[in-house]
Amino acid sequence: MTSTAPSTRALAVVSAGLSVPSSTRLLADRLTAASVAALEARGIGTTVEVVELREHARDLADDLVTGFANASLRAAVDTVGGADGLIAVTPIFSASYSGLFKTFFDVLDKDSLIGKPVLMGATAGTARHSLALEHEMRPLFAYLRAVVAPTAVFAASEDWAGGDATTAGLAQRIDRAAEELADLVSGRPPTAPSDSLDGPFGGTPSFEELLRGT
Amino acid sequence: MQFGVFSVSDITADPTTGRTPSEAERIKAILAIAKKTEEVGLDVFALGEHHNPPFFSSSPTTTLGFIAARTSTLQLSTATTLITTNDPVKIAEDFAMLQHVADGRVDLMMGRGNTGPVYPWFGKDIRDGIPLAVENYQLLRRLWREDVVDWEGQYRTPLQGFTSTPRPLDGVPPFVWHGSIRSPQIAEQAAYYGDGFFHNHIFWPKEHTQRMVEFYRKRFEHYGHGSADQAIVGLGGQVFMRRNSQDAVEEFRPYFDNAPVYGHGPSLEEFSTETPLTVGSPQQVIERTLGFREYVGDYQRQLFLVDHAGVPLKTVLEQLDMLGEEVVPVLRKEFAALRPAHVPDAPTHASLVAAAGGGRDATVYAAADDVTGQARAEGAEEVEPR
Repeated sequence: MTSTAPSTRALAVVSAGLSVPSSTRLLADRLTAASVAALEARGIGTTVEVVELREHARDLADDLVTGFANASLRAAVDTVGGADGLIAVTPIFSASYSGLFKTFFDVLDKDSLIGKPVLMGATAGTARHSLALEHEMRPLFAYLRAVVAPTAVFAASEDWAGGDATTAGLAQRIDRAAEELADLVSGRPPTAPSDSLDGPFGGTPSFEELLRGT
Repeated sequence: MQFGVFSVSDITADPTTGRTPSEAERIKAILAIAKKTEEVGLDVFALGEHHNPPFFSSSPTTTLGFIAARTSTLQLSTATTLITTNDPVKIAEDFAMLQHVADGRVDLMMGRGNTGPVYPWFGKDIRDGIPLAVENYQLLRRLWREDVVDWEGQYRTPLQGFTSTPRPLDGVPPFVWHGSIRSPQIAEQAAYYGDGFFHNHIFWPKEHTQRMVEFYRKRFEHYGHGSADQAIVGLGGQVFMRRNSQDAVEEFRPYFDNAPVYGHGPSLEEFSTETPLTVGSPQQVIERTLGFREYVGDYQRQLFLVDHAGVPLKTVLEQLDMLGEEVVPVLRKEFAALRPAHVPDAPTHASLVAAAGGGRDATVYAAADDVTGQARAEGAEEVEPR
């Protein structure tokens, strides 16, 4: 990855929308714009890279079969692993995140999200799916030991109009979530490049240590 | 440089006929493949070890012992011998025995095995894979190098006054390679002992191979066995050839598309770009193989996988003919011309004996033999048979 000055952070955006254009991507873009603005208000510049999982649908299936990411998927995996913050948005299918979304997090190295600030978003045709964010998606990121912003943003079809009378509007929820993400991202040092400890496998214990371990 | 083939011993349906060979057929086929490997002028035959269908090779030294009797120059090796679930005592015995019957044409490759249930079947836990490999191999080395071993460890019952028999041929243990796809601890282990490191270099992008070999070379130098470019490196590779490259692609495609490891995923073309798989003409195989050197440096052993995924015996033997007649002679010449003089060959029994200052009778004679109960006199050579 390219080196970033301390006053700059890299945001990765993972969108699992399947239609083109997709409301999932639309929500991801809104969350991204709000997060960039919130970081800018804290004096922090951002670079943004978007991973459209639809473009990697076959790459992901191939990875499940072969056990490795091909060059195109590897770039996406590296983008997410090297980011200082992640915005992850999925449509809700059958009471949970989509299979494509899950597959991407299945093939990521299980350590690559540790401590990484994450903003979650989801879309669906009806607000009845909204708690899938809390009951399905949040545990996924908890397992991966990511640091997830308290506000997760759900956008049902009606939210693109005015939403309902009892909930804060979509725009306010987006801004609140973005502020939370910006606090998490700005409070951490930039992500160090992987394998920085004396080249590849720099963290491997010496053989004397391996022998002592037995 | 040594060239040869390695087999994982899978029994797989031929997707072009739907027919699956029997164990008996496949076992006879592997014997024919090994014999042919020598006949076409290749140097090494290495056999895998597995303990579950669809594989037949649970007992490699039995198979290699038979092959030893039917060949005269072929180097016999494994790919791999399970250092985690086998008793290191049995490995020490089996391979010393094989050394004797094969007149020293033996080395072996240590591997951990990645089939979860095999570990509990042998009373082990896959999560202990690395510590098992470390402890068991350390014991194996002692069993070959010390006549009487007192030992206590975590994973095996203790030994007091144990002598592994037969002793290694000429008092020189077989050369050991360590194989691992992505565990740097195993490259570290190979480097620590100055053993060889083998990367299977099939089914995965070359970057995995490159990183692991680079790390092993660096650590080999760190432990004082020589400069990094003198470390002993072996690579796998997977090829399918026909004179006309398009014929090779057409013939191999059904085997590729249905292969147990990577089938039903990427296309043959994509996989050929992402991994070292080469399907094409002998000339394409030569060019691709010469290119391996560019990312691992000068290396000592190249093994090809030619017999998996249901490819029938007749076709495998044709592949061996092409390797022997057209590919390997060119590779030998080209690799030799590129290799600097200070880069060593892979150790053989002869070179290890020479390095030890000559062979010796390593027999450990019992103080009293169990049959007659009589103590043996001083000086074995002078004793008449009783």
